[in-house]
Amino acid sequence: MKNYIINALVKLWKRGSRLMIISKDEILHIANLADLNIKDDEIDEYAKNLQDILNFVNILNKVDTENVEESIGVVNNTNVFRKDEIKVFEDKDALLQNAPDQESNMFKIPKVI
Amino acid sequence: MSREDYEMVIGLEVHSELSTKTKIFCSCPTEFGGEPNTHCCPVCMAMPGTLPVLNEKVVEYAIKAGLATNCKIADVSKNDRKNYFYPDLPKAYQISQYDMPLCEHGYVEIEVNGEKKKIGLTRIHIEEDAGKLNHDDYGRGSLVDLNRAGVPLIEIVSEPDLRSTEEVDLYLKKLKSILEYIEVSDCKMQEGSFRADVNVSVRKKGQKEFGTRTEMKNMNSFRSIIRAIEYEAERQIEVLEDGGKIDQETLRWDDVSGKTFPMRDKEDAKDYRYFPEPDLVTIKISEEMIQNIKNSLPEMPEKRRERYVKEFNLPEYDAKVLTQEKALSDMFEQANNICKNPKTVSNMIMTDIIGYLNFEEIEAKEIPFTAQQLGNLVLLIDKGTISSSIAKKVLQEMFENPREPQKIIEEKGWIQISDEGAIKEVVLKILEANPQSIADFKAGKDRALGFLVGQAMKETRGKANPQMLNKMFLEELKK
Repeated sequence: MKNYIINALVKLWKRGSRLMIISKDEILHIANLADLNIKDDEIDEYAKNLQDILNFVNILNKVDTENVEESIGVVNNTNVFRKDEIKVFEDKDALLQNAPDQESNMFKIPKVI
Repeated sequence: MSREDYEMVIGLEVHSELSTKTKIFCSCPTEFGGEPNTHCCPVCMAMPGTLPVLNEKVVEYAIKAGLATNCKIADVSKNDRKNYFYPDLPKAYQISQYDMPLCEHGYVEIEVNGEKKKIGLTRIHIEEDAGKLNHDDYGRGSLVDLNRAGVPLIEIVSEPDLRSTEEVDLYLKKLKSILEYIEVSDCKMQEGSFRADVNVSVRKKGQKEFGTRTEMKNMNSFRSIIRAIEYEAERQIEVLEDGGKIDQETLRWDDVSGKTFPMRDKEDAKDYRYFPEPDLVTIKISEEMIQNIKNSLPEMPEKRRERYVKEFNLPEYDAKVLTQEKALSDMFEQANNICKNPKTVSNMIMTDIIGYLNFEEIEAKEIPFTAQQLGNLVLLIDKGTISSSIAKKVLQEMFENPREPQKIIEEKGWIQISDEGAIKEVVLKILEANPQSIADFKAGKDRALGFLVGQAMKETRGKANPQMLNKMFLEELKK
C-alpha cells in the first residue's frame, strides 16, 4: 500500500514542472519572520532544503481534482462548540512553574519598548 | 493650495470585546480585572498539547452584530492563524478569520447635518484578544499578564466611506450604541473593550483615486481617535504641499505629545502568513440559526425613537438624544414607568444627567443611582414636595452619594414651602424691601415680577413653591 502511494507520487513528480525557485532574499525574509538568525554560508543550504520541500509538495498540484469537492479542513466535522460556562482552572501555581523568571505572578521577560 | 482643497478619507477597524462569560477557546472567565494570571489555564497560556474549542456564544454574538448592521451572514466560515511574534501573544499566532469571515457587506446609517449616510462595513470577524504587558517598577523588564489573552473580540472593518472627523464620531457612537442595544459588548472604552485602528489618507477634492494611507493602532477614546485623525491628515497635507509623498506605514499615536510616530519594528512583520487553523473545524451556519438570532434582536434605536415620539409625545429631538445610548434610554423608560411624566424625565436626562456625565467624563452605564430613584425624584416635583430647581440639587447629590431622593430632601431640609401663610410672609417681606420693583411693575415693566420671584427664591434658598410665589406676588401687586 505504502509503495503504491510513493510510486504514484514519484510518477506525478516526474510529470510536474518545478514550481518556483527560492531566492536568497526570500530565505532571509522567512528567517526574519521566524525570528531566526542564519549565517551567510547557511543560506544556500536552507534554500536547497526548502526547494526540495516545495518541489515535493508541488506534486499535489498535478493531481486531477476535477470532480473533487473543495474542503476547508482535514476533518469533516463541523460546528464543534463549547457551552459558555465558566470552569476555573485551579492549579494556578502550575501555570507559572516553568517560567524562566517571574515577578508579582507574572512572566518576567526582557524589556519590551 | 490650502487645507480646504483637501478631503480626508477614513476607514476604521473597531475591536469590541464580546460580553460572553468565558473566553473564546477555553472556559476561563472574561471578567475584567482580577489578580494577574488568575483568569488563565493551559489553553489560553498556550501550553504544548492543548487544543482550542470554540465558544458557541461567540459565534452567536458575532452573527447578532452582523444582523444588526445589515450584513450578509456566511453559510460556511472558518478560523485562520495570523502569525507574528509579540510577548503578549503566547502562541505566537492569533486565531482570527481571514478569507471567510462570519459577516460581510453590511452598513451602518448615520445622520450628517440632517442627511442620512450609509457607512459600508466590509466585514465582521471573530478573533482572540492578546494579553497585557506591564512594566516592572525598576524598568528592568516587562511583566506578562495573560488574563485578557483569549477574550473574544469582534473586529468590525468599515469601508473607507468616512470623510470627516465629525462622521467618524457619529459612526463610532452609532456602532457603540448598536452593540450596546443588542447586548453583545459592554463597550467600556476605558477598559479597552471598544477600541479602534484608524486608516487615514487625504486627497484633493474632486479627485477620484484614494491617496496613500497610514494606519494608527489601538486607540481607546473618541477624543484621541479624533485628535489623531486631525493631526495625521494635517501632517499628510503638509507633506504633499511640500511636494513630498506619503509612505504607507503604521503609526503610533502619542496622546501626550499629540503626535504620530512610525512604528518601525513591526513593519517587516506585516507578512502574517495566514493559514486555516488546523485545530478547529468548519463553522456551518444554517438558515434556522440565523432566523433564531434575528428573532432575538431587541428593539433598535431607530424603532425606539419613533415609539418615543408616538407613545410619549416627545419632540423628535428628545427622542433622538434619549435613544442614542441604551443605558439612558432604559433609564428613561423605567423612570417614566414610575412617574408617568415623560417630558420631565426627558428634560432631566437631557440637561442635568447628560451634562453631569459630560462634565465628569463618565459613561451612562456608570450612573450610580437607579431609574427608580430618578422616577421617584420626578414624583416629588409633581407632588409639589420640591421645586425643579431643588430637584437639580437632589440629582447632584444622587450622583455623589446615591440614596433615595426622599431621604436626601429630608436630610438636607429641602422640602418645598407650599404653605400659604409662609409664602405670603416671604412675599410681603420682599415687596417691602423693593419698592422700586413695585413701581416698575405698575409702570408696565413685567420683568419686575421675575425679579421679585427671584428674590423670594433666594430668601427661601430655593424652597418656596414658584407657582405659588408667582400667583401671590401678582395678587399683591394688583391690590
